[in-house]
Amino acid sequence: MAITTQNPTPPTAAKHAGANVTRPGDKIFSGLSRGSGILLLVVMASIAIFLTIRAINAISKDHGNFLTTFEWNANANPPVFGIAVLAYGTIVSSIIAMAIAVPIAVGIALFISHYAPRRLASPLSYIVDLLAAVPSIIYGLWGALFLVPHLTGLNMWLDEYLGWTVVFEKEDPQGAARSIFTVGILLAIMILPIITNVSREVFRQVPRMHEEAALALGATRWETIRMSVLPFARSGIISASMLGLGRALGETMAVATVLSAAPILSVHVLDPVGGTFSQNIVAKFGEANEFGRDALIASGLVLFVITLLVNGAARAIIAKRKEYSGANA
Amino acid sequence: MSHAVADKRSAPAVPQRALAQRRLPKWAPAGMAAGAIALAVGIGIGAGLDSKLQWGLIAVLLFVLGTYTIATAVEGRRQAKDRVATSVVWASFILAALPLYSLIQTTVSKGVKILDGAFLSHSMNGVLTIGEGGGVYHAIIGTLEQVGIATAIAAPIGMLTAVYLVEYGKGRLALAVTFFVDVMTGIPSIVAGLFILSTWNLLLGFGPSGFAGAMALAILMMPVVVRSTEEMLKLVPNELREASLALGVPKWRTIVKVVIPTAIGGITTGVMLAVARIAGESAPIALLVFGNNLINNDPFNGPQASLPFYIFQQYQNGNDASYDRAWAAALVLIAFVMILNLMARGIARWKAPKTGR
Repeated sequence: MAITTQNPTPPTAAKHAGANVTRPGDKIFSGLSRGSGILLLVVMASIAIFLTIRAINAISKDHGNFLTTFEWNANANPPVFGIAVLAYGTIVSSIIAMAIAVPIAVGIALFISHYAPRRLASPLSYIVDLLAAVPSIIYGLWGALFLVPHLTGLNMWLDEYLGWTVVFEKEDPQGAARSIFTVGILLAIMILPIITNVSREVFRQVPRMHEEAALALGATRWETIRMSVLPFARSGIISASMLGLGRALGETMAVATVLSAAPILSVHVLDPVGGTFSQNIVAKFGEANEFGRDALIASGLVLFVITLLVNGAARAIIAKRKEYSGANA
Repeated sequence: MSHAVADKRSAPAVPQRALAQRRLPKWAPAGMAAGAIALAVGIGIGAGLDSKLQWGLIAVLLFVLGTYTIATAVEGRRQAKDRVATSVVWASFILAALPLYSLIQTTVSKGVKILDGAFLSHSMNGVLTIGEGGGVYHAIIGTLEQVGIATAIAAPIGMLTAVYLVEYGKGRLALAVTFFVDVMTGIPSIVAGLFILSTWNLLLGFGPSGFAGAMALAILMMPVVVRSTEEMLKLVPNELREASLALGVPKWRTIVKVVIPTAIGGITTGVMLAVARIAGESAPIALLVFGNNLINNDPFNGPQASLPFYIFQQYQNGNDASYDRAWAAALVLIAFVMILNLMARGIARWKAPKTGR
């Protein structure tokens, strides 16, 4: 607690310092810095505006239904394209990634903040940071050339024993694991660090008194965590997960290398079909004509809006709980 | 909690164990782990399972079940749950360390195969996609130029924005900037690429160039720089500012000469981490820079190569010689990013702001 109260607040002393003198240097400098802030807002706004203009141009000439058409033939005449498969693939792969990553990330964060020996804690969090620093294309390369062949066994096992759930049914059990499911696993690995880092910060801010009170009542370590740490950190964990979700939704190269895309909407997550927004943009960009590019921009706009909503919600949750201010990764 | 109270109440009935519950000995987890592994290896060989991963899974399951049963018998259910939770937390950590280890081990072992001086000093000029040879010189040049330009754009704007937020920012503009910087951190890199594509290339009619890619990278870099700089400026003690202002130093000189120098270590670290992040971005490059097999030293004209996009292209060629090049380039890129990271952290430790705490 002592630390938060000592934290220097943004200075207000200047109010008196320059009360009757206005120096040109001050004006220029404050103008420059305010201008930079405004520039950032302008960039954000123009991203939205320019993408929307291009997208409207493309969608108005779409001979399919932009929301429900499966295939992507924007270069054809008349152009027929829709985001159904892409939206489905993006959302399903992100859900798989979240289902795997959130529990593990919370586990790691707990491990670093509560279980690991003190001396190990900081090297461990450094390892997590390294995981975050690996470029996504290298995850993609590793995923395609290492993970895919190694997942064939798991795929066969899932198909054999969980095939009755329909979700894990696979048409060709021996086939390469270039599926939405593999993408989900790879995305899970990629979003682990951000969820871990934010949750760890929140766990650190749990009032020491709460934990000590639980321990003093004879609670075991797990009971302490369940009764005093997790309830306090719940909103922090939720917003951390949503930040991770934002990453997973927009990831491009790792998906583009792993997935063998086909415009088929399939509930069988192990089948090598499907696509995601960003993967589709990279894959179709090379052959796209001028109108095709507009169509791709339209799909990019949808992705932009989705990530904007997810990230905005996550940040709003963090901002509401001001005590988590240190948790903004 | 009610359990704990109930236990204490019933305690006097058993005077021997009034204060100490029966506990498993300290070596119990280690012993249990050894037992579980031995049993799992036995089962694995007996049932003829060839995957070592399956052996590991069986061992983990045996360990958790065994711990739970024995701990329930000796220490009671609450302690048993605690022990299971402990092993789950440990397992999740090991589970996360495995892919990192595998990723780095694979990249290094496959990358060193063709990584040598010639690889670093040659381009792909005249090299067949299925043939051996070639290198990444052109890609390194491209990445350095693009990242350099992006940093030159994003670092000053980002730092000034942070100064605005910490030193001047009041009211709704500052709130809006803070919020949108946070939101901007989450913009997918491909969207930044599409934005530059729709303005610079489609609206203004410029062709692909390193500069176009650099602008997209700058958009990705700005919010990261703002965030880290802001955190560092907030750490500068208010007393320093007040002392300087009390001496009659103008506010802007106070910021330039007192506040920023105090936090410069952290600011540098933040910028370097941001550079490390954008150096690995390939999605905007695919849309804006196109890649190139030849050396193009001019970032303002014509397609350029870039290290991450080079990896993607070599992967797409889909033959062994190209895969070798992709791994070697991946090793170069990972080394570059890791060195930047280590240096950044070194600087952070070396020049940590002296807050007197």
